[in-house]
Amino acid sequence: MPDAPAVELSNITKRFPGVVANDQVNLRVMPAEIHAVVGENGAGKSTLMKILYGMQAPDEGEITMAGQEVRFRSPRDAINAGIGMVHQHFMLADQLTVLENIILGSEPHIGMRIDFQRAKQKLGELSQAYGLAVDPDALVEDLSVGERQRVEILKVLFRGARILILDEPTAVLVPQEVDELFASMRELAGEGVTIIFISHKLDEVLSIADVITVIRQGRTISTVSPDEVDAQKLAEMMVGSELPTPETRESTVGERVLLRVEGLSVRSQDSDRMLLDDVSFTIREGEIVGIAGVEGNGQATLIDALMGLLPLDEGLIELADKDMSRQSTRELREAGLGLIPEDRHRQALLLPEPLWENAMLGHQTVSPFSRGFWIDRKGAHRRTDEIIRVYGVMAPGADTPAIALSGGNQQKFIVGREMLADPLVLIAAQPTRGIDVGAQAAVWDQLRSARAAGLAVLLVSADLEELIGLSDTLWVILRGRLVARLDPATTTPEELGSYMTGVRT
Amino acid sequence: MSLLAPVGALIFSLLVASIALVLVGFNPLTAFAEMGKFAWSAASLVSISNRAVPLFMSGLAVAIGFKMGLFNIGVEGQYLLAAVFAAYFGAIVNLPPVLHVLFIILVAMIVGALWSGIAGILKVTRGVHEVIATIMLNAIAVGLVAWLLANFFRKVDPGDLNIKTAELPHSAWFPSLNPLLNTIGIPPPPGPTMQGFMLVAIVFGIVFYLLVWRSRYGFELRASGINPDAARMSGVEPSGMVMQTMLLSGALAGLVGLSPLLGYFHRYTQDFPSGLGFTGIAVALLGRNHPVGIFLGALLFGFMDRSALILDLKGIPREIVTIIQGVVVLAVVVAYEVVTRMIQRQEVAAAAEAAKSDAEEVA
Repeated sequence: MPDAPAVELSNITKRFPGVVANDQVNLRVMPAEIHAVVGENGAGKSTLMKILYGMQAPDEGEITMAGQEVRFRSPRDAINAGIGMVHQHFMLADQLTVLENIILGSEPHIGMRIDFQRAKQKLGELSQAYGLAVDPDALVEDLSVGERQRVEILKVLFRGARILILDEPTAVLVPQEVDELFASMRELAGEGVTIIFISHKLDEVLSIADVITVIRQGRTISTVSPDEVDAQKLAEMMVGSELPTPETRESTVGERVLLRVEGLSVRSQDSDRMLLDDVSFTIREGEIVGIAGVEGNGQATLIDALMGLLPLDEGLIELADKDMSRQSTRELREAGLGLIPEDRHRQALLLPEPLWENAMLGHQTVSPFSRGFWIDRKGAHRRTDEIIRVYGVMAPGADTPAIALSGGNQQKFIVGREMLADPLVLIAAQPTRGIDVGAQAAVWDQLRSARAAGLAVLLVSADLEELIGLSDTLWVILRGRLVARLDPATTTPEELGSYMTGVRT
Repeated sequence: MSLLAPVGALIFSLLVASIALVLVGFNPLTAFAEMGKFAWSAASLVSISNRAVPLFMSGLAVAIGFKMGLFNIGVEGQYLLAAVFAAYFGAIVNLPPVLHVLFIILVAMIVGALWSGIAGILKVTRGVHEVIATIMLNAIAVGLVAWLLANFFRKVDPGDLNIKTAELPHSAWFPSLNPLLNTIGIPPPPGPTMQGFMLVAIVFGIVFYLLVWRSRYGFELRASGINPDAARMSGVEPSGMVMQTMLLSGALAGLVGLSPLLGYFHRYTQDFPSGLGFTGIAVALLGRNHPVGIFLGALLFGFMDRSALILDLKGIPREIVTIIQGVVVLAVVVAYEVVTRMIQRQEVAAAAEAAKSDAEEVA
């Protein structure tokens, strides 16, 4: 066995305005090893991989490959050094064949002509050597998700990669495909390819990895071998032991059910995967229901379905005892459904427009924003001033464009906009993601006092502390199903983590 | 501040044109002086405003699409088709004066909307990009107009080889503004008469403003243009919005040809003005999709078209005007972006300042 690590990242630090994404992170990967990097969302895994792949430059620290220090200025440098990355979202051209996709960007050629013959031969050899069977002439659009992933891996190998980064490769796969992927990974490692495997599904990590590095809040917590730990232990390491005790509060949960969801099912449009599978829950007045889950397990689909943005395959949605299963987004909004979307910039704001117009968004059909066909500019300004005042938004005034505000102030503004519209039910998706501690506390306080006033809240969050601290009832979502109902008063983050990753059911 | 971008772009394009003139051996100052002098006559002013009216309508038609993030390149085909239908149906019905004009306006708007609606349906149901669809529809419209005119809509007069529709009855003629000018004490110059359709254009400009900036519908239209995802989350149905915007744009496009049709030609002929739909794109860009801006942009293009006439007489290549028009559009797009960023930086600074002083008050 060679002793020099295939790749080693030492003391990597990367700062973004307001956050330290990586703080003195160390990662040491030996040749032909399957090395898992695990951590919660936002722990700094992706940043670390982007640094290794040359997409971002570290502020401090160094990268060595086989003992030599390297410096990547772009992914091209990393590729030339033999590092390949398979992204979570595939980057393939649907209308091209497998072969065309694989050679795209590094076509073997004779003069001006692409040498398809040689490409095909080389692809055949690769497929054979690593047990990655694909039909080179099939169109990518006809392939299953698992097959597309194989194409992505071959694409990287075709460029001569000896170190593979797989970014949450199993997130999009069904269980059989996961098994196939793992078989290929073992084959690859057997042939001397080094694999860095990013995941937060602990059972998978334990079954495939040779070595596991745990990252939490931008720091390397530990590097362990899978024999030394179990999923429970790993979850604790991911989440951290210094956890706050959920504060005990008086329950404000009332009798009246404001949102009832029964048997909600949504099928993926391009495969047979169930995005939501027989989801049922209720929210009463004054109740906060939390949805915990690893990202990509159906949370976004659930929100879209509740907001009327997706056709339901089956199921019932009742808002204050009225059947709203087939209603449009507008009708749902007017009936009292509020939304704090997950992605502020993409889903909640008109960035170049003044705040008063942003205050209207989602409520443009009702008072005080409009009177019949016409916009009520005065009413909109009045409401905007109220949002700014009551929710502590630091902004010069209602005519300031939304883009001029900091992220935390934008979020407070959105929370204020939805709250002052006086909803019956509020869906809050990642309401405190990416904002500073002060704004976070303000948003939490606002959710708590709205709950006390009888608001029903559906809280979807990746922040376990937030979920446990705020929720009256907790549901765990895994692969589109609600798999567990927990009492936040007695639940620990470790327990929650093990349900989220499917260790416990 | 808002004038900085277009004025800067105009000066830049004059500079580029000057360089071109110098290179081919003319004095740019003489050329510009001749253009200015020629345009500053009563007859020229009337001509300029007459040229501006269809360009203004065309600019509005393009702008409503832009406001929603749709690029309707098909105004050209929409207005030509609308004009030939309006000319034909206008000539075969008998209606009292005002009604007759309203009828023709309605026909033109419906035909324009139907033609642009095809692009809308293709986009909503099949995902065909509207740029592709409307370019294709332009090509089809040109052929369709020629075919309809030759085979169905043609009025054959003995001894006249022109291919044309029948002349509109007088009840369909849009009165000129010359009598009005007389009554307010400005005697109109001899030569072209002041087109009355200008008043209709102004009304549509005001309606455009109210619809886009003051109505709920306009808010949703603009929101869809700025951030389609956020608009969808707010309850706007995206395919419905695409369809409605396409229809509105086409309906406005239908009006482009009516000023020359009702005020001057009174029939559709082979030499009916074409190209107004494409110039409308430039006018909308120049005018930042705002009716006042489009109005000024249309006047500028009207001025340049008119003053180009003198260049021929003076032996200066008139293509210089085309250069100015092209460069000004390119330059203005860049200049607007620069100015927008400048304003944004100021506002970010102001907001940060406000946040700081708020924090100090708290402390």
